[in-house]
Amino acid sequence: MVRQRIPAVEGWFTLDAARPALLGTRCKACGTMFFPREESFCRNPACSSTEFEELELSRRGRLWSYTNNAYPPPAPYVSPSDPYEPFAIAAVELEREKMVVLGQVVAGVSVEDLEVGMEMELVLDRLSEDESHEYVVWKWRPAEA
Amino acid sequence: MAAGEVAILGVGMHPWGKWGRNFVEYGVAAARAALADAGVAWQDVQLVAGGETIRNGYPGYVAGASIAQALGWNGAQIGTSYGACASGSQAIALARAQILAGLCDVALVVGADTTPKGFFAPAGSGDRTKDPDWLRFRLLGATNPVYFGLYARRRMDLYGDSEEDFAKVKVKNSRAGAVNPNARYRQTYTVEEVLASPMVSDPLRLLQICATSDGGAALVLSSLAFARRHTTKPVTIAAVSTVTPRFPQTVIEMPNFATDSAATLRVPDVGFRDSIAKAAYEQAGLGPEDMDVAEVYDLSSALELDWYENIGFTKPGEAARLLRSGDTALGGKRPVNPSGGLGAFGEAIPAQAIAQVCELTWQLRGQATGRQVAGARAGITANQGLFGHGSSVIVKA
Repeated sequence: MVRQRIPAVEGWFTLDAARPALLGTRCKACGTMFFPREESFCRNPACSSTEFEELELSRRGRLWSYTNNAYPPPAPYVSPSDPYEPFAIAAVELEREKMVVLGQVVAGVSVEDLEVGMEMELVLDRLSEDESHEYVVWKWRPAEA
Repeated sequence: MAAGEVAILGVGMHPWGKWGRNFVEYGVAAARAALADAGVAWQDVQLVAGGETIRNGYPGYVAGASIAQALGWNGAQIGTSYGACASGSQAIALARAQILAGLCDVALVVGADTTPKGFFAPAGSGDRTKDPDWLRFRLLGATNPVYFGLYARRRMDLYGDSEEDFAKVKVKNSRAGAVNPNARYRQTYTVEEVLASPMVSDPLRLLQICATSDGGAALVLSSLAFARRHTTKPVTIAAVSTVTPRFPQTVIEMPNFATDSAATLRVPDVGFRDSIAKAAYEQAGLGPEDMDVAEVYDLSSALELDWYENIGFTKPGEAARLLRSGDTALGGKRPVNPSGGLGAFGEAIPAQAIAQVCELTWQLRGQATGRQVAGARAGITANQGLFGHGSSVIVKA
């Protein structure tokens, strides 16, 4: 049976397989950018706007810091592998947005392969699956030159 | 302008551990100890301010009243506060404000928790796709130690801190905890033992990450006028800071996926964690140089070093050097976490910020047997609760 490939969360990233991007919003009044998307009230304390436009975030950024999960996180995390495989987590600073965004690091890249300041890029990857779905999420990986 | 002061008439704790009993028992034990210490009858308490636990069902969510009921209803005013790790200081802030406003003379502040084993996970059940605390586990597997690991690695990269430095925090706190009868962990560790424990979230190992504990802590607070009728020279609370961050908040915080964007707005001059202590110092009309002792939230060993800088005990980047000097150990110039800190206690969430104040009170009264900071006259607590609850209390003799 072919599992249907669906985003693990709706509207947080594009499903462009080659050049995926995180989807945030920008306040139409003050220009403040938000991720995850803010669509109700602008969080700039000096702005009372309620109007936003969708925004694709930069696909690349610099590694601000990183760590890993040597043990399986608790539910609602669902491990994609059995037995559990530790995975790294990256905090990546986007230059244009001046924002640090977390994400899992793709399988096969461990903390030994990472260094603060290195360039990272966004990809889509499997988060977990059940009988009928493969859930897709954004992840970071060291950028290709 | 310095804020008004309230007196700490009594302090009490139920020892931390993994006792597996109802949290109310720990709360009652701590409350009775604090009332006995104060020499105040339970029937005379006019306000009960409880820190709530979200891990213990409906009674936990209304912890102030659950503990008041167990003490025997006395008709007091009641309040229950939640601010995650800052719940205890929210309860202290409630009691202090009512006393300073003249709405009551004497209040009981109490928090207690019974915790499950293992990682903290979102409370409740079901899919909550709008709740960042649920989503961070679902989409990222971002446990609390993941955030602590990010901060620790950042220190290593920015300041050259080493894994050995972080291990030394645990070693220091284990020595203090070993002589504290309320601490859960009484064993002392060496740097080698800490660094041989299993990796949890690189570079942090099991012995460097705060456990979850059962425990209870309580304070009896009063107006200075009421205190004068009970005691000669009470320890007082000179400040309670519960500030939020300012926008844009540019440090990644639990349970968030991203920081605020600083692309279009000026970044605040003072970062969130610095601002927590700064607000407390301003209220008290005191500065870091006036502090003799501190209790800070070492959720990880590395995080204790961040707090040294955040509370102004040293400059950014200098915390590991301060640690290595021995100044923050028992017997040092300005000990931090003489109780043993979370490293020796584990966290009993709604009780922990109250327990920090209990420890400072014992220190300022000269009653911290075996771990006494000589001549301590003033101290500061610092922590923060999930989603942006600052927490800092200044206590003075």
